[in-house]
Amino acid sequence: MPQEVPPQTVNKKSQETDNDIMSTNQDLPIQIDAITDGVVIRPSGDIDLSRAPSLRTQIAEVFKTTPMRMIVDLSDVPYMDSSGVATLVEGMQIASRSGTKFILLGLQDRVRSIFEIARLDTVFTITLDMEAAERF
Amino acid sequence: MTGNAPDIHLRLMSQPKLLASVRSMVVALSERIGFGEVESGHVALAVDEALANIIRHGYKQRENETIEIDVWALTDPNPGIRIIIEDEAPQIEPDAIKGRDLDNVQPGGLGVHIMREVMNTCSFEKRNKKGMRVIMEKLLEENAAGSSSSNSEQEVPGNG
Repeated sequence: MPQEVPPQTVNKKSQETDNDIMSTNQDLPIQIDAITDGVVIRPSGDIDLSRAPSLRTQIAEVFKTTPMRMIVDLSDVPYMDSSGVATLVEGMQIASRSGTKFILLGLQDRVRSIFEIARLDTVFTITLDMEAAERF
Repeated sequence: MTGNAPDIHLRLMSQPKLLASVRSMVVALSERIGFGEVESGHVALAVDEALANIIRHGYKQRENETIEIDVWALTDPNPGIRIIIEDEAPQIEPDAIKGRDLDNVQPGGLGVHIMREVMNTCSFEKRNKKGMRVIMEKLLEENAAGSSSSNSEQEVPGNG
């Protein structure tokens, strides 16, 4: 069953090192914040083939805490390709199986466009602001 | 194919970390040609998806392979952009390159669907001896008229 995540347990950014530029999967800066009944994941920057694995890893880590609600705030993501979309589809499917509410927030026009092209804009729960995301 | 030399020729290694640089170049050229912000982003997205397909499926994530990109800024009577991307990956039948059913929601399988959707034309073919070639084109006029894809091509199985 989903559990409430204590607010103090998560609030971190994935660490970047000087070696990141040489790695196959480049770290994506991701801030993770606890809310009353779940977690907000805030990636920052382009999400493409090189960085989607980083998001996937972070989402998987958060699912281990069995949150009731997972909000992925994409306000600081100016670009996403199908690798990023696939990561979020996978997250949505895991959430569906585990009873977690999985909500996308703050899609920029270019990012929203790819969801529309893939006809996923009506599959995901997408909200404009945090208040709506926390209420849904 | 075109008989004219490309305006831009890039040769890059099959490394995911290079995709952002290619996108930046494509966006800059597309905007210079006259595409708007979103449409320029779409052209970059199509190139990104093509390169990701090659890296993931053609080269199986090997990073020491090469990819060549030729770009033409098309002028009158039909201004736009033409992009040809070539690899040396194992050849597959172009007809086998198909996107997944969009009603079957699952991770992956969207890349070529996106390429076809955002470009006016998108086709795949085998190169003479080895490798594959993808040819994409987007025209300003059709874009301005609200037309989207007019293509009939393929997708790498399981493409992401």
